[in-house]
Amino acid sequence: MAGMTGARLLVGALVAGSTFLCATAPAFAEETIKVGVLHSLSGTMAISETTLKDAMLMLIEDQNKKGGLLGKKLEAVVVDPASDWPLFAEKARELISVDKVAATFGCWTSVSRKSVLPVFEELNGILFYPVQYEGEESSRNVFYTGAAPNQQAIPAVDYLTEQEGVERWVLAGTDYVYPRTTNKVLETYLKDKGVAEADIMINYTPFGHSDWQSIVAEIKKFGTAGKKTAVVSTINGDANVPFYKELANQGIKAEDIPVVAFSVGEEELAGIDTAPLVGHLAAWNYFMSVDTPENAAFIKEWQTYIKSDKRVTNDPMEAHYIGFNMWVKAVEKAGTTDPDAVIDALVGVSVPNLTGGYSAMMPNHHITKPVLIGEVQADGQFDIVSQTPGLVVGDEWSDFLPDSKDLISDWRAPMSCGNFNTKTGKCGGEGS
Amino acid sequence: MADGMVAVRHSVWLTMLKGGLAMPMRCLLLALLVGVAALGSGPRVAAAADLEPMVNALGQGGFAGAETAIKALAATGDPSVAPILDALNKGNLFIRKADGKAVIAMHNGSELLLTDPVSGSELGAESAGALDKIKVNNKLRRVIRAAMGTLTLRNADPAARLAAAGALFKSRDTDAAEAVAAAIAAETDNRVRRALEQAYAAIVLTGDAGDDQKIAAVAVIKARADQDALGLLNSAAQSTAPAVRDAAKAAIAEMERSLVWWSVLQDCLYGISLGSVLLLAAIGLAITFGVMGVINMAHGEMVMLGAYTTFVVQDLIRDFAPGLFDLSLLIALPLAFAVTGLIGIAIERGIIRFLYGRPLETLLATWGLSLLLQQAVRSIFGPTNREVGNPSWMSGSIELGHLTITQGRLWIIIFGLLMLGALMLILHRTLLGLQMRAVTQNRSMAASMGIRTPWIDALTFGLGSGIAGLAGVALSQIDNVSPNLGQGYIIDSFMIVIFGGVGNLWGTLVGAMTLGVVNKLLEPFAGAVLGKILVLAFIILFIQVRPRGLFALRGRSVEQ
Repeated sequence: MAGMTGARLLVGALVAGSTFLCATAPAFAEETIKVGVLHSLSGTMAISETTLKDAMLMLIEDQNKKGGLLGKKLEAVVVDPASDWPLFAEKARELISVDKVAATFGCWTSVSRKSVLPVFEELNGILFYPVQYEGEESSRNVFYTGAAPNQQAIPAVDYLTEQEGVERWVLAGTDYVYPRTTNKVLETYLKDKGVAEADIMINYTPFGHSDWQSIVAEIKKFGTAGKKTAVVSTINGDANVPFYKELANQGIKAEDIPVVAFSVGEEELAGIDTAPLVGHLAAWNYFMSVDTPENAAFIKEWQTYIKSDKRVTNDPMEAHYIGFNMWVKAVEKAGTTDPDAVIDALVGVSVPNLTGGYSAMMPNHHITKPVLIGEVQADGQFDIVSQTPGLVVGDEWSDFLPDSKDLISDWRAPMSCGNFNTKTGKCGGEGS
Repeated sequence: MADGMVAVRHSVWLTMLKGGLAMPMRCLLLALLVGVAALGSGPRVAAAADLEPMVNALGQGGFAGAETAIKALAATGDPSVAPILDALNKGNLFIRKADGKAVIAMHNGSELLLTDPVSGSELGAESAGALDKIKVNNKLRRVIRAAMGTLTLRNADPAARLAAAGALFKSRDTDAAEAVAAAIAAETDNRVRRALEQAYAAIVLTGDAGDDQKIAAVAVIKARADQDALGLLNSAAQSTAPAVRDAAKAAIAEMERSLVWWSVLQDCLYGISLGSVLLLAAIGLAITFGVMGVINMAHGEMVMLGAYTTFVVQDLIRDFAPGLFDLSLLIALPLAFAVTGLIGIAIERGIIRFLYGRPLETLLATWGLSLLLQQAVRSIFGPTNREVGNPSWMSGSIELGHLTITQGRLWIIIFGLLMLGALMLILHRTLLGLQMRAVTQNRSMAASMGIRTPWIDALTFGLGSGIAGLAGVALSQIDNVSPNLGQGYIIDSFMIVIFGGVGNLWGTLVGAMTLGVVNKLLEPFAGAVLGKILVLAFIILFIQVRPRGLFALRGRSVEQ
C-alpha cells in the first residue's frame, strides 16, 4: 500500500511536471519565426544545393543580428530531401504542417519544384525558388527569384548573333523538362529570326553522361559547314565536367566554336581545370566578379561565415539574397507572417541586388534582373563581356511558344490568375 | 599599294599557269613568289618609341578601341609586337591607373611585378588595386591570333612558323597575302612550306582573285583533306562564280567519300576507348563477383576512393613539390592500390565474412556500406567536385591520318590492357593466384591441402578492391571527382561481368569492348539516350538465351 501511494505520488509529480513544461513550451516556441530550407544535402544535387543551404543560414543569422523580424528571432528549419523528388514533397509537407514555417526557400531542379507545387498550393505555404528555369508555370504560392528564359537564354542568343556573328546553332541539353522546354523556345526564336532548320542541331543526353567523344566530334563536324557555329548548352549537373574536358581535349577553342552555358557557374567550374576553357561563355544575372561595393561586402561576409577564402558565390545565392530580403520587407509591411497577407504584400517590393541596382517583385511573381554574359577565365572566374543596359522583367509565358504566347500572369486582385488567356479573356489557359 | 602588288602577283601566276601546266604546283608557286620577293616589300620596322602610344591605346575605347589598336600594331610588322599581343591574350597586360601606361604584370605573392611591354625593362612592383586588367573577348582573341600569325611568320622556330601558318589559314586575312607569299619564298622547312601554301590558297579562295586562281586554290585545299579544309570548301561552294562552285563541290564530294570510312574508324576507336573505361571499372568486380561470388555494391565507392587518393596526392604535390606534377599519377597508383586494398580487406573481414552463401544479405549490407562511404567522403571533402588536373603527357590529342586520338584516352586504353594482363599473370602464374583459384573451385579441398582459406578470401577481396582503386586513378582524368563518381559505374560493371561470363577475365575484356563499340556505333544514329536503352535491351535478351554470359565456365567446378 505504501509502495502504491509512493508510486502514485511519483506519477502525479511526473504528470504535473510535464503539464507545466507543455504549458510553457509553446511560450518559448512563439518567440521565433521559423524559416524552412528545402535543399538537397546528399545525392546528385548536393553539389549545387548545399551552398544554398549555407547561404540561407548566413542570411538568417545576419537578420537576427539586426534584431530579427517583428521583434522575434528567426529560426532556420533545415531538412534534407536527398535529391529524391517525392521526398521533396514529403519534406515540404513536414515543414509547413509540422514545423509551421512562415516561408520556405528551396528546390533546384524543375522536377523537385513540380513535386512540391501541389503541397504548397494545398497548404497555402510560400516558396522562394532561386534557380533559372524554363518558365511555363506561375503559382500564387511560389516566388520565382531565378531567371526565366527571357532573362537568360534569349539575351545569350542575341549576344552570339550580334557580337560573334553566329549562323549555325547546336542546342545541347540534358534530357528533362528544363532543357527540352528551353530548346523549344530557342528553336522557335531562331527560326523566327531566319535561321534555317538545317542550321540547328539539337541533342539530348542522360543525367551524368560521361562519354562525350562522339557528340563533341559531331559538334566539330557540324561546325565545318563554313558558317560560324556556336553551342547553347543546357547540360546540367555532373555531365558538364567531362563535356568541357572533352572539348579541351579535342581542341575546340572558344574563338572557333564558343559554348554558352546556362547551368554552369563558379561552383561548377571549381572542379575543372579552366585554362583550356578560356573564352567559353555563361549567361547569368550575377557573377562573383561583378565589381560593386555591395558584392564585395557580400563575398567577404560569405567567406568569413564559411571560413574559407576559396569558396565562391554564384547566381542562385544572389537570388536567395534578393528573395530573403524581399520576404523580410513584405512581412514588415504586412505586420504579420500570415501567408495570404505576405503574398499580397510582396508584389511591388523592391530591394537592392548585388550588381549595383534594384530588383522589384512583379505581379507575375517574377523579379526584374539585369542579364550578364561572362567569359570563363583561367582562374575559374567570369569576365563580364556584355550587360543589358536596363533590367529585364521575367516573363514565364514565353512569347515564342504557341501554347503560351497569349497567356499572362497577374496575381493582384481582381485578376488573381496565373495563366489568364488574353485572347479568350478567361483564366485557366494552358500550362500549370 | 598593297592591292597593286597583289594584282601584279596574280597576273604573273596566271601567265605561269597558262604556260606551265605540266610543272608541279610547288615549282609554279616558287617561281611566282621569287618574283614577288624581288619586287619586295619586306617588313617595315617601326622605332621603339612609336610603339608605346599604340600599346597604351590597347587599354582605351573598350573592346572596339582594343581591336583598332591591335590591327595598328600588327600593321607595323615589328616582331617585338608579338610578345606584347601574347601577353594581352593571356591576360597579363594591365593599364596603370596613375598614368594610363600599359604594363605587363606577373603575380608574385600578393603583389604584381611590372615590366615595360616595349623595352622589357623592369618597372618595380605594385598592388593589384593600382592596375586595371585589359580585358579581351572571343572576337579580340581571333584578331590577336590573326595578328600573331602575320608577325611570327619569320620566327626562327619552325614550330612557331607552323602555328603562324595555321593561324593564317583560319583567319584568311587578305592583307596578309604578300607577307605569306614572301614567307613561302624564304621557307626552308617542307612541312611549314606546305602549311603556308595552304594558308595562301585559303586567302586566295576567300578574297576576290580570278576564277582560275580560285580553282587552283581549291586543288591545294583538297590536298589538305581534313575538317578545316571541308569547311573552307563548303563556304567556297556558295560563291557566285559557277566554275569555282563546281570545282569546290566536286572536291567536297570526293573528300566526303573518303571521310566516311575515316569516321567509321573513328567511331570504332571511340568505342574501344569507352570499352577500356568500362573494362577498368569492371575488372575489380570480375574478381570479387566473378571469382568469389560476392555481390559487392560498394565497388563503385572503391573506384571513387581511388580518384580521391589522386586528388589528395595532387593537392600535396601542388603545395609542396609543384615540379613533380607530371609524375602525380604514377605516385598515386601504388597509394590508391594500398588504400582501397586495405579498405577491401577490412570490408571482407568485418562484413562479408559473416555473410557467405547469403547473396541478398551481402547485397543489402554492401549497399548500406556504399551509402556510408559516400557520405563519409562528402563530410570530409565536401559535396562539390574536386579538381584533378591532367599531367602534360595526358593532355591534347594525336592526329593519325584523319583520326584524332586524345592522349588521355590512349593512355587509359593502354593502362586497361596492362591491368588485365597483370591480373591474368597474378591469377595464373603466382602462388597467390593458384590458391585463389583453388579456394574458389573447391573450398574444403583447398583447406585440406593446407591453404588458409579465410586469409585467401580477404586477400582476394582486397585485390579486387585495390584494382578498383587503380581504375579510379585513371578515371579521375576523364570524369569528375565527386562523392557520386562510383554510382555512374556500378551498374555498367555488373552488366559487363554478367554479359561476359561470371568468373572469366577474358569474358570481361570481350564484354567491355563489345558493349563500348556497339554503344558508340549506335550513338550517331540513335542518340545517347536511345543508344543506352538499346544496349540494355540487347543484354537482357542475350541473358535470356545464354544465362551464363559469353564465356561461361563449364564443368564440375561450377557450383550452381
